[in-house]
Amino acid sequence: MNPAYAIPAVALVVLGTVLIGALGLRISRTTSDFYVASRTVGPGLNAAAISGEYLSAASFLGIAGLVLLQGPEMLWYPVGYTAGYVVLLVLVAAPLRRSGAYTLSDFAEARLESRPVRRLAGLFVVGIGWLYLLPQLQGAGLTLHILTGAPDWAGALVVGVVVTGTVAAGGMRSITFVQAFQYWLKLTALLVPALFLAAAWLGDDAPRARFGEPPAFREQTAVRIADSVRVRLDEPLRVTVTGRVDDRTHHRTEVTLAAGTHRFAAGTELRFPAGAHVPERAGREGGSRWSQPLSGSREEHPLYATYGLVLATFLGTMGLPHVAVRFYTSPHGAAARRTILTVLALVGTFYLLPPLYGVLGRIYAPELALTGTADAAVLVLPERMIGGVAGDLLGALLAGGAFAAFLSTASGLTMAVAGVLTQDALPARGVRHFRLATVAAMAVPLAASACVASVPVADAVGLAFAVSASSLCPLLVLGIWWRRLTPPGAACGLVVGGGAALAAVLATRAGIAGGGWPHTLLAWPAVWSVPLGFLTMVLVSLATAHRVPPGTAAILTRLHLPEELAREARP
Amino acid sequence: MTALATLVPAGLALLGTGTALGVLLGRLSADRRGDRSDIDLGTPVERATFHTLHTASLAAPPLRAGLTEDTARHAVRGLRPLLGTEALCLADRTRVLAWDGPGAGHHEHRVMTRVHALLDSGRSESFRTGCEQPDCPLRWAVIAPLTGEEGVLGALVAYGSRESAVLVRAATEVARWVSVQLELAELDRSRTRLIEAEIRALRAQISPHFIYNSLAAIASFVRTDPEQARELLLEFADFTRYSFRRHGEFTQLADELRSIEQYLALAGARFGDRLSVTLQVAPEVLPVALPFLCLQPLVENAVKHGPGEAGSGCRITIAAQDAGTEAVVTVEDDGVGMAPARLRALLAGAGPASSGIGLRNVDERLRQVYGDDYGLVVETGVGAGMKVTVRVPKYRAGVHPGGGPD
Repeated sequence: MNPAYAIPAVALVVLGTVLIGALGLRISRTTSDFYVASRTVGPGLNAAAISGEYLSAASFLGIAGLVLLQGPEMLWYPVGYTAGYVVLLVLVAAPLRRSGAYTLSDFAEARLESRPVRRLAGLFVVGIGWLYLLPQLQGAGLTLHILTGAPDWAGALVVGVVVTGTVAAGGMRSITFVQAFQYWLKLTALLVPALFLAAAWLGDDAPRARFGEPPAFREQTAVRIADSVRVRLDEPLRVTVTGRVDDRTHHRTEVTLAAGTHRFAAGTELRFPAGAHVPERAGREGGSRWSQPLSGSREEHPLYATYGLVLATFLGTMGLPHVAVRFYTSPHGAAARRTILTVLALVGTFYLLPPLYGVLGRIYAPELALTGTADAAVLVLPERMIGGVAGDLLGALLAGGAFAAFLSTASGLTMAVAGVLTQDALPARGVRHFRLATVAAMAVPLAASACVASVPVADAVGLAFAVSASSLCPLLVLGIWWRRLTPPGAACGLVVGGGAALAAVLATRAGIAGGGWPHTLLAWPAVWSVPLGFLTMVLVSLATAHRVPPGTAAILTRLHLPEELAREARP
Repeated sequence: MTALATLVPAGLALLGTGTALGVLLGRLSADRRGDRSDIDLGTPVERATFHTLHTASLAAPPLRAGLTEDTARHAVRGLRPLLGTEALCLADRTRVLAWDGPGAGHHEHRVMTRVHALLDSGRSESFRTGCEQPDCPLRWAVIAPLTGEEGVLGALVAYGSRESAVLVRAATEVARWVSVQLELAELDRSRTRLIEAEIRALRAQISPHFIYNSLAAIASFVRTDPEQARELLLEFADFTRYSFRRHGEFTQLADELRSIEQYLALAGARFGDRLSVTLQVAPEVLPVALPFLCLQPLVENAVKHGPGEAGSGCRITIAAQDAGTEAVVTVEDDGVGMAPARLRALLAGAGPASSGIGLRNVDERLRQVYGDDYGLVVETGVGAGMKVTVRVPKYRAGVHPGGGPD
């Protein structure tokens, strides 16, 4: 990819975000007209902002990568990411707005009148925020690496510094406008190249992607192996090698590799003939397993993994900290509901595009599966299929869109996490503490991104969803719909359900899980941890029935009654 | 399948841990009072005194909230070790509130007849329980009254296995100590009521000058511009309806802004072109809940110090910004300003009663609702205008529009 176009595009996106964030309010909202000044955020604008904040690196890059690697069953990801909003709409949206809570820990306090439960919920909000930030930073590192060849940590650092800087300086004043702008930017960045790519594909006699067999190279292709990798061959392969294969050094020699397992050292260049099958990365044997901890287990138990994914994404969306805080912007419960309905439309439209890139990537860039950078499929396709200046320009547009994805999601998450940290973790209050919290909110995932195993971006986000679905989802659903919930019940449910999911996720990300069923269970914890969370919350609540907060009836009335009625009902 | 078989017990174990944790959490307050350390901290007598004082201090906070089932349950756990009795019971005038120790089942209904007798006599006494169950350790009991300002509020009943003068003395003393705590609770309540009454008195404090000036301005339009006069009258009606509304201590920023708009329309009728207003309101903070009429006095203050009689113009800027978990509202004018020392005196309540009472009132209410960190911040100087900053957290327990005491 040509950095001469891509870097200005990325810089432009960063600059535009910072400028709109800092000046948008001053330009658009300075008026002497009260009618204009007191217009609340409409459902359309708010929905675009929620979508802009929500569509992260996982959506922009990750889904295409997974479809490239593993085929159409990965479409469950976009389905799950969207369907979560249906659950949110039906069960949570309006009551959460009416509770008056800004963060989810506020909701816990409002509903259960308990400071300890509030702090516990805050802990999970921060944990989920960090788990979610991690893949954003890794995605940024990957993107910058593809664009410029910079080391992986550089991109993470750029996003981290820009986001921390703007958020801490109070530059996200008009955050709704910024995020709404980011949504339309991301949609454009994905839609325009997609049209050109589709045209190029049709011009190429519309070759079909075959998911039933291993992907094959369409033409003679040179592949450079960045990190040493073990591959498994089902049939002998003729390949021209410069570098080390199986501990033997070659220099532009044509070798025939027998069927079985082979090891390509880092820096090796392989030249595949046209029509050759792309070698499959070896999953089970050898030490490279931890670098791809999730895909292996999915192959072993695809049905279980799919259910785990479906449950996590359907129920996890409501617990995402950056989604929850945006409800506050809606003037009342009905508007919150309309907002989510619009979000469904916007997000649904967006998710039609990434699978397209995945399918095209399977046809035109199959070697990404070998080098382990399938997440880059979206970025390399224009260059591969169109080439020339047009390809470079479209690639630059995609790179800008990808950076918009990192920036918007990361800044939304950092705001939410820093908010919870200032309220619940740091002792005193004040603007300076918010800045301190911003730095902490970003520093932890930044440090973690440098030392944990690299997981496909969409999978890593799925882990954050699993924790959210097992901890905050039971709290929200039972808190809104069950009047017998008690503070000890909520606390135990959070600790047991969320704690179990968190432990499983950390074990997976640290790569300490073994193989087989235990590994599958840990990699897709939602199937057992969500019922565990709900069950614990219900059982402990029933056991501590005398601890039902005295104000339960009043707060439930407020959650479920439309605002005008609630106000009239007061004497 | 074997893996599944191992995971099911593991899940159950987790569930068990969670349940245990819940019980633990419930008892957290009770567990905190365990012995601290073995370091030499004085003679045994002194140590016993410290221990007693410590136990008593732990039992005090719940009682400060008054005598209810919840507070009695918390208090009784601390009080029984203090007395060293088999069982301890707290009752109000009608029923048993809390029971700590064995024998709750068959003694609970019986004790109320004793309590009723005590309510008449008001004197503590020692009596034989007359329990039929042979293995029940509760043979003797001491009942002592819990008194407040309005007479006997309830009773404390301590059970022992034998008659003992020590128990009688201890129970009477503890009952007296509990009574003091309950009196303090009543004091707390009356102080809260006083503050509420103060707020009610303060918040309806629209300046009579304002009403007079508004009506005079409207009157001046009646002949020259009847349409304008009609509109102003409607604004006036809306403004008074909002300001005099009876229910709810809190309101939304959007509603408060509407009231300010009406106020400025009326003030503008008097000052004409000399008053110009600029608004910069982040739409994200419009739903923020804040104390009723806490911004309008600030604007009133800006208008009062703004257009001088010399005819010079005045610009008022009202801005509301989104700052993470808080909303920041500023009201700024370029009027005559004020010497900081004089302002300090005004906010401390030492100035002349007529001026600056709005600022002080807002400051006090904000501090009372959100704590001392959230008082007004005023930047001013003589001839340098004035900028008042209000910070409001987006969420605070108990603060929601229309909420608060009626």
